Amino acid sequence: MIAIEKLTAHLISICVTISIVGIAISLILLLYRIMKGPTNPDRAVGLDVVGVNLMGIAALAAIMLATDKLNDVVLLIGILSFLGTVGISKYLEKGVIIDRDLD
Amino acid sequence: MLSLIATWINIITNVAIIILLLTGTFFILSASIGILRFPDVYTRLHAATKASTLGIASLLCGAFIYLYAAHHVVSGKLILAILFIFITNPVSGHMLSRAAHARGIKPVTHNRPDAYEEAINKYK
Repeated sequence: MIAIEKLTAHLISICVTISIVGIAISLILLLYRIMKGPTNPDRAVGLDVVGVNLMGIAALAAIMLATDKLNDVVLLIGILSFLGTVGISKYLEKGVIIDRDLD
Repeated sequence: MLSLIATWINIITNVAIIILLLTGTFFILSASIGILRFPDVYTRLHAATKASTLGIASLLCGAFIYLYAAHHVVSGKLILAILFIFITNPVSGHMLSRAAHARGIKPVTHNRPDAYEEAINKYK
């Protein structure tokens, strides 16, 4: 029974490696879309998902390094990615970030 | 007997962490494949918001369970990050689709009418 427990604890580190490799492949595909994307909103979509993938990499690094100091990083990347996406989309819609007409 | 129960609990939490991590990676990877393969901006947003929301929620749940099982840390910040993602990801998808439609990007509709364009013209 102890052997099974050690086996699953070893499988966790293998799975963290597999997940980091998967998210790296996902980032490469997103970089292709960001460089190639036919229009600018395509690039904005790619950058939004890049922010989500960075949150995932920070969470996986927290598991791999066995620390809890990286949870602030996860939350902060999420907030900054949302603010950046909102700014980019407001700029693409009208050309100004802060406006007062409510349509 | 008690140590046997503790061993079983450790095995079950480890298997739960493994399943959550692999599920999150699968959904994030499928989100980026969808962004690569779909034909226009609106369908790409469909792939981006839904699949990456589920993927990142699953990954953060895995990190939360690992930190609780291995270090006895109840990290409220990870739960807060999951709630924040659930609130903000649909909002950013909606704003991006509005921006794309305001810039005049036509959706691939396969000869169906663009209903959002008709609604804007009716209320203008």
